[in-house]
Parts: sequence; structure tokens; C-alpha cells
Amino acid sequence: MEHDVASTEREAGAPGAPPEPAKPAPMTVGVVAVGLHGVTKRFGEDVIAVRNMDLEVRDGEFFSLLGPSGCGKTTTLRIIAGLDYPTDGSVQIYGEEMGLKPPNKRPVNTVFQSYALFPHMNVEDNVSFGLRMQNVDQAEVRRRTGEAIDLVRLSGMEKRRPNALSGGEQQRVALARALVNQPKVLLLDEPLGALDLKLRQAMQLELKDIQHEVGISFVYVTHDQEEALTMSDRIGVMNEGELVQVGRSEDIYESPANLFVAGFVGDMVFLPGEIAATGAVRLKGGEIVQARTTAAPGTSITLAIRPEMLDLYGERSEAPSGRNAVAGTVTRRIFLGESLYYKIDIGASGVFDVRVENVPSAKRWAVGDAVIVDFHLEAATAFAE
Amino acid sequence: MTLHEGAATGRRLDRMLTINGWLVFAFLYLPILVVIGFSFSGANNVGTWGGFSLRWYERMLGNGPLIHALQNTLWIALFSTIVATVFGTAAALSLDRYRRWVSKGTFDAVLYMPVIIPDVTMAVMLLLWFTQIGLPLGRGTIILAHIAFNISFVAIVVRARLANMDPAMEEAAADLYASRWATFRRVTLPLIMPGVLGGGLLALTLSLDDVVITSFVQGPGSTTLPVHVFGLIRRSVTPEINAVSTLMVTASMILVFASLAIQRRE
Repeated sequence: MEHDVASTEREAGAPGAPPEPAKPAPMTVGVVAVGLHGVTKRFGEDVIAVRNMDLEVRDGEFFSLLGPSGCGKTTTLRIIAGLDYPTDGSVQIYGEEMGLKPPNKRPVNTVFQSYALFPHMNVEDNVSFGLRMQNVDQAEVRRRTGEAIDLVRLSGMEKRRPNALSGGEQQRVALARALVNQPKVLLLDEPLGALDLKLRQAMQLELKDIQHEVGISFVYVTHDQEEALTMSDRIGVMNEGELVQVGRSEDIYESPANLFVAGFVGDMVFLPGEIAATGAVRLKGGEIVQARTTAAPGTSITLAIRPEMLDLYGERSEAPSGRNAVAGTVTRRIFLGESLYYKIDIGASGVFDVRVENVPSAKRWAVGDAVIVDFHLEAATAFAE
Repeated sequence: MTLHEGAATGRRLDRMLTINGWLVFAFLYLPILVVIGFSFSGANNVGTWGGFSLRWYERMLGNGPLIHALQNTLWIALFSTIVATVFGTAAALSLDRYRRWVSKGTFDAVLYMPVIIPDVTMAVMLLLWFTQIGLPLGRGTIILAHIAFNISFVAIVVRARLANMDPAMEEAAADLYASRWATFRRVTLPLIMPGVLGGGLLALTLSLDDVVITSFVQGPGSTTLPVHVFGLIRRSVTPEINAVSTLMVTASMILVFASLAIQRRE
């Protein structure tokens, strides 16, 4: 069975996708750390958790699997770890076929969502567990355990039991317990999900630093798009068991492959309409706007625009020429601190959400003001329904 | 009704509940206290107080058949408990994991049957079975019978413990290079140990106290202490019975409390 990776890995060029923007310089395609080929996982007769998935995670890369709960991302991770076996397809780790190898025979380690620390062992024994199971000699177990505990900054807590640690500390133990084995790939299943926001943000940066320091590939499962955007070298977006799009954070955010990705990653304004002519969309209220699209005239589409790509002006004459301009009325204003959020009613065409950065030069609008919503034609993408 | 009156009613209710609690305890434990008290009486009648004396304890220790029955009881209890604990734990593990090989509900029902069916029924069934397959009645059949009903109790206690265990524990062990056996030894068993010990102690208590089933499947010379005592009561009641009862109650209490304490750990 042959697999042309470049074509199966749907970067930005999936069928039905909008025309690609200037393609980013291709990343140096290095050694493939994890390769999934045609992986399908069924549970029983009806449930397909993962559907015909092709994926290559590169050596040394921070790769995130992003998607809503139940999209199959955790199952995919478990298949790589050997905790589940695919119904169909193959898994390779650094070129080696995994087949039905049990988890204890695979060169990967996992940080579990619940951490799964052994409650009857102290921090040190938890961390050294993997080395002891591999019969590493005692002196080396002690040295590497010490190093791993240092790496996650838990020195001095070696003798504590997991239930005497905070959530953040438990998370670090789980990380050290996996990293101490020097796996070829580290798998992380929503490891920050149980932490509060501030700690989560701090740990995001720390995880990224640790990954840089140890230099191995991380496969990171999360449903938090902000987390994925922040940390990843590349992101694979999953929905209903399928890998919908793979790309760098910028690619995913700026050129979503379809409506699902557009809506799931970041905020998005959606307006229904149809293609009036090549590159032109007619909204429900009759306004014509320019947009990126490959759909043929007459097709029903959904127009997607990022709220921060929209500008507001008082008069049509004030708006720069050569851009889209739609007239509307401010119906709501929400002050968010670093920005202001406006809802602009454009009649039959729908409602625009507009985010304006809170800078001194930004004009503030009041509810009831008549405004012009202005955006670059590259900022709007029309997806065929 | 004013707030004050409501509070007063609430207090009255609380007091009634407290009194009820004490009544229940009195109902349960007064007879036991009476037996313990009279076991130290020097009188020749069971129900009269004849001053403090340890003579009945002395008599008990010098009573050959009784000591023999006690030895039987201990051996049977120890042996059947160990076997029942191993099998009961294994049954709990398989119930928890390999749900597909028999439908879980069916297996549950079958396993818990000995807990539900009356002792007499179980006793008759076992007796019939042993005579059918031609096993001579004696210590061996008592042990088998005790194992048979104790497996269920151990399995129930261990399963409760397993149900609270994060399934990711074993996955984490496997992910950290532990073989199936090492995972069981280093992670699963230590985590369910309170359940295993608690179940074992429960089994020990049940085995030590069993009368009905044992009296059906016993043979000559294999009588256990509770069955022997039951026999004594039918013939003549001496205060020696009080001493024996006190001993049995104390042993059972210690085991029950130990079992509860262990299960509550962690």
C-alpha cells in the first residue's frame, strides 16, 4: 500500500478550500517521528472514533491535535501509545512498525489527563518507576530521577506523596515521570486541563521551554484552540474522527480549510450569501462584497471574517477605497479592556461582530450610531455550503 | 409558626433521634454485655451472679472437645480465608476487566448468589453435591463450603475498591514499561490491598461464626466451635457457654473493626 504523504496530509489545499495565500516557506521536512497511515478505529459496529487518518509528526516538533471533545484526538493519541489498537491502518515510530506492540514495548511515554500518579508511591518513586521497570542500574536511576525532578523544578519534594501536592505540582510529576525515560516521542493528553487559567498559561510556556530543552517530539492533545495556537509548531485539527487540516498556527487561523476549522479556531463572523460573480458575494440584504472563494457563481455560501479584521468608519467617504464597505447600525457595545466589541446590525444580511483595539486613536461608537463596516477583500473567505 | 418555634421543634426532633440511636445500641449490645458480665460470675447457674471469678474460663481451657473444636475452627477459617481471598480477588478483577466473556449482569448475579440465598439452602445444596461426588464429609468439605460462600464476599469488597480506581493507573504503568505482571504487582495489587485485606477479614469472620452450613457438611471429629457450642446448649447450659461466647464475640469484633479500619484507609 502506497501513501503519498504530501497529498494525503491536507495542508491548505483540501478540495473546496479557498485559494491559498502566499504559501509559507516549506518547513524542512526532517525525519518522521510518528507516522499514521490509513488509521481507522471503530468501537463496536457503529462508532467510528478515527476515520482513515494519515498523519506525520516530524522529529523534534511540537504537534497539537486540536478538536472538540469526542472528535477522536485522544483515541489517536492512545493508538500511538499502544493503549488502543487501530482497527485498520498502521502506526510507525521512527520508521518502526508498531503493529500490536503493547505500550511497554513502545519508545513513547504519555502524560495522562488525570496524571495517573501512583498514590502509594512518593514523587521520587513515581518518577523512577519507568527506569526501574527497564532494569536500569541503581546509580543511573538515581541520577536521572534527580535530573528529571530538577527539570520540572520539584527538588525538595522527592519524598512527598501525590495527594500532598497541588494540581500544578502533580502535573510536573507526571511530566517528569514520562520524560525521565527519554522517550523518542512524548504524548500529552490535555495535561493542563485541570489547572486554573494563570497556572495554565505559565505551564504552557514552561512546557514549550522543556520541549526545546529535551528536543524530542511532543504530540499534544487539546480542545483549547488558544493553547494549541500558543504552543504548537504545527496543529492538526480534528472533527468527527477525521483530520480536517494540518498546518502551522498562522495557516490554520488565517486560511482555515473549511467552515468547521473557521468556526472552531478563533472567533469568526459568519454571514450567509451566494456567489454573484467570480470573487464576489451577494449577502442576503443585497450588498455585494469581494471575497476569497473558489465556488462557482450561484452557489450558496457562508462568508467568514475575523472580528479583528473589521474597521469602523462614520462615513463611506472616510473609508479607504478598494475595500469592502457595508453600512450598519451599532446595536451593542461591550468593553473588554484591551479591546471593544461592537455588534453591528446590517439588516437582512445579518450581524457583524467587530473587535476594535482599545488604543487612544480608536474612535468609540455608541449604540444607535450609523457606521460603515470596512474590511479588506482578503480578510473574507466564502465557503461553499 | 415563628422561627423560634421552628428551632424548638427541630431541637426536639434531634433529641428524639438521639434517644432512638441509644435505644438501638442498647437493643443490640445489652444482651452481649450481659453475657460478658456473667462469664465472670462464679455461680453455677447461667443467670445468677456469684461474685467475680475466672473459673469458667479455666473450665473452658480444660475442656478437651471444646479446644479441639476451636483448633478445627481456626484451621478451617485460616485455610478457607486464604483460598477465598485469592479466588475472590481474581473474580473481582475479571469482573472488572473482561466484561465481554460473559455478560456482566449474569456473572454478577451468579457470583453474588451465595450472599443472597438462605444459608440452609446453600447448606443442603453443598451437602447433596458432596455426597453425589462421593467426597467424605469432614474438615475438607467444611473448608470447601466456606471457600464457596466466602469468594462472593471477598469479590464484593474488592470490586468496590476496584470501582474507585482510575483505569489510567494501569495504563500509566504499562506506558512506563511495566509488564502485565509487574503492573499487577507494583500498581494494581497495592492499590486494591485495603479491599483485599478487608474482604479477607470479612471472610475470616464469616468462617469463624458459621453454624448452619458447617453443621450440614461436617463429619465426625471435624466440628467447629460455633457448632459445638450450639450442641452444648441443647444438652445442658453451664456458665462455660458464657465464657466461650465472650471469646467468640471478642474475636469477631476485633476482626470486624480491623476490616473496617483497613477498608477506610486512603
